[in-house]
Amino acid sequence: MSTIDESTNIEDTAFGKKAAGPVEWLDDRLGLAGASKRSHLLRKVFPEHWSFMLGEIALWSFVVLLLTGTFLTFWYQPSMAETTYNGSYTPLNGLEMSHAYASTLDISFDVRGGLLIRQIHHWAAALFVAAMIVHMLRVMFTGAYRKPREINWLIGIGLMVLGLVEGFAGYSLPDDLLSGTGLRFVDGLLRSIPIVGSYLEFFLFGGEFPGDVIIPRLYMAHILLIPALLLGLIGAHMLLLVYHKHTQWGGPGRTEKNVVGYPMLPVYAAKAGGFFFVVFGFTAIMGAVLQINPIWAYGPYNPSEVTAGSQPDWYMGFVEGAVRIMPNFESTFFNYTWSWNVFLPAAILPGLFLGVGVMWPFLEQWITGDKREHHLLERPRNAPFRTAFIVAAMTAYGVLWIGGGNDIIATKFHLSLNAITWFCRIGLFVLPVITFMITKRICIGLQRADANRILHGYETGVIERSPDGGFAERHAPLPVGSQFTLTNHDRLPALEAPPETDANGVAAPHGRKAKLRAKVRAFYYDGMIDKPTVEDVHHADEHLRDHDGHPVELGDEFQGVSETGVPRVH
Amino acid sequence: MSDELDRVPDTEPVRDPGLPEHQYRPTDVDAAQDKRAERQISGMFAVAALLLVGFCVGYIMIDKDQTFLGWSAMNFTLGATLGGALLLMGVGIIQWAKKLMGDHEMVELRHPAGSTAEDRADTLKDLNDGINESGFGRRPMIRRTLFLSMGALALPSVILLRDMGPLPYGHKNTLWKKGMRVVNDVAGTPIKPSDLQVGQLVNAEPAIMYEKDKDGHPVIEGTELLQEKSKAAVIVVRMRPEDITPDKGRENWGVDGILCYSKICTHVGCPISLWEQQTHHLLCPCHQSTFDLADNGKVVFGPAHRPLPQLPLAVDADGYLIAVSDFTEVVGPSYPELARDQKRLDDKS
Repeated sequence: MSTIDESTNIEDTAFGKKAAGPVEWLDDRLGLAGASKRSHLLRKVFPEHWSFMLGEIALWSFVVLLLTGTFLTFWYQPSMAETTYNGSYTPLNGLEMSHAYASTLDISFDVRGGLLIRQIHHWAAALFVAAMIVHMLRVMFTGAYRKPREINWLIGIGLMVLGLVEGFAGYSLPDDLLSGTGLRFVDGLLRSIPIVGSYLEFFLFGGEFPGDVIIPRLYMAHILLIPALLLGLIGAHMLLLVYHKHTQWGGPGRTEKNVVGYPMLPVYAAKAGGFFFVVFGFTAIMGAVLQINPIWAYGPYNPSEVTAGSQPDWYMGFVEGAVRIMPNFESTFFNYTWSWNVFLPAAILPGLFLGVGVMWPFLEQWITGDKREHHLLERPRNAPFRTAFIVAAMTAYGVLWIGGGNDIIATKFHLSLNAITWFCRIGLFVLPVITFMITKRICIGLQRADANRILHGYETGVIERSPDGGFAERHAPLPVGSQFTLTNHDRLPALEAPPETDANGVAAPHGRKAKLRAKVRAFYYDGMIDKPTVEDVHHADEHLRDHDGHPVELGDEFQGVSETGVPRVH
Repeated sequence: MSDELDRVPDTEPVRDPGLPEHQYRPTDVDAAQDKRAERQISGMFAVAALLLVGFCVGYIMIDKDQTFLGWSAMNFTLGATLGGALLLMGVGIIQWAKKLMGDHEMVELRHPAGSTAEDRADTLKDLNDGINESGFGRRPMIRRTLFLSMGALALPSVILLRDMGPLPYGHKNTLWKKGMRVVNDVAGTPIKPSDLQVGQLVNAEPAIMYEKDKDGHPVIEGTELLQEKSKAAVIVVRMRPEDITPDKGRENWGVDGILCYSKICTHVGCPISLWEQQTHHLLCPCHQSTFDLADNGKVVFGPAHRPLPQLPLAVDADGYLIAVSDFTEVVGPSYPELARDQKRLDDKS
């Protein structure tokens, strides 16, 4: 399979002779060669950056979940019928428990490798959600959701929500004391839903909590319904990724009009495929040495028992925290009880996070009025409002998380539980505002630093003493490539107040909406530093020469700068 | 490519210098390095194969109960060999891609996501033709009745779910009733007031949960037992009588400072059991609602709204603690019909 130049006919090469038969047979039936050629599928170019790997972690941990989950179904019994345990784990021998719990104990103690696969499955689930969330933050921080990728963003949000539900359904299945406590919370949540709460509770649990149908129903959702939806959405997510072509970071030769990187065959397929083994291997090592969800230590579910320090899996922590820090509001209207203390934090608040996520690309488009396609990623500093907004949302999420662990924090750090709860109650509203302002200032500071590096060059680390005894550090211009990278983003738009009246002096239609938009837009762009103009750079170029017009003498030991403007040796 | 670059507008302060020159890797220019990388990578694959054989050996040879450094030896061996093999394979393949496969970056041009105006017009025309030929627009009666039947299709899909569960019946009596003994929830033994010291807390259940019928079967078992436990579980605490401030009508609900409360949190239904002797506070481990048991189970902190329902206690002829009646308040987490059910309970008493 040597390289073939244009003049050689592929059919005459050794590879061509070998492959032509099978390819022809398949193509006669599927006709995929034409489609593959049109879309350059086999040699599709993917750009490289470490942050593009985050979504891959989510994808591969999903594959690990499918593989290990299939294994677990061979033994797991989704039944709440009672049985007497008589297995290898002697402390629980003779205890009454559900088949679900007993079969999970069997997987853990009597099926060789069962505990390993169960632990890999649980770790991969934690990793799956974590990778999705970090991937989503990457997409958000870099503006990768902008046109034409809004639909893929929405698919991603759907994947994340389904992932959360899937994870919750999964860790409810063993029917141990901890998972049952989680279901008890779901029962309380359902009951808190205004007016129809009791109906939802009775229909989901098949009667009064806990009933004997919730585990089989969750099992169906966990192994059929939600995975099928996840698979479909992942397929759509990938198809759109291929169709849109991946976003890339701007730089020399990397523009809005092209995509630069390695071809799918062989480099990207090898890297991505190899990465699957890395993710699987990593979760396998975790399953080998890090215990997760030791259900045998909790005992079978019993609604009159609970362990102190009960915690859901990490991704439910923010809901848990919201429920914990919520004041105890409950009211009675129209002869109905309204449990705001559960409904607001457990249903409305996650809905709010979700709603903002869904709306965000469209809100931003409405604010900026930017309807163009974007394929170059935006550095977080160049969108200070967006970056600050995400950090504020992350802060709120973090405060809720602290709230979710308030008991653990209180005991580990010897703090007052009530004080932590009050800190979270106030912090949820105050801290996001503070982090928003700080982040925005940091972004603007970084923008200014970028402008300085272009206009005044970078610091060479070479200190000069002037004849009059003063010390100064020599500056040298950045390499052109770095200068281009730093300036390769949109210029700030000119902000104008919308006209109060139209050309005929009649009050402009949609005046109020336009005014609101102008106000939000001014806030969005407030304080941002524009990139230097052509004149600025021209002046800077002169400034960076010495008085005789020669470039600054850098000394013999100077060996140039790295891409980021740092001198290699000085 | 160069055409694209030339179109950079003059307003840009820095012109695109174009893709940097390709940098050769050590393996591209040094045959020895190339050979070394090849050996490294195949070494990883070979070790991975060995580890996978080790996996099988471990599976067959290791006893389930053996431990290794406190871990299950089986779990550790299987996980370490499988994980190690997978990691080596993954790293090997990636090294292969990074060190030996062609590393010339390729450039692919992008196209707008949308179709051409012409394609779009053609599609619109096809759509229009299709709609016209169907007469969808011209025959409103068909259209509306179709929508009607489609809407009606929602009815069976909703009504089919009706048997997912019984209709909610709201609050029902718990197992507690007049004369029911309060028994320890571990062994089911009845409790005498003298068994309890001041400051002590006992988890208890109604005695019927431990009773057996004449065939020796438990009277209540399985799902029903769990459902009843989720309502009837109680805690019995003894405090100094002078610390207790009973509400009006509850003066006689205790026996020598022994009070009994529902164990099920009124927030979302966790069993509450973290007892602070000094303050008489009971804390829910799930969401930290805190109830003052010396003050009628009132909420002193946390997200729960209603006080813990109290079970009136007395002593029977044999000197054991018994319930005087069922709870007079709805136990467990709130639900929409709670206000109505509570009113019924109030009317009854």
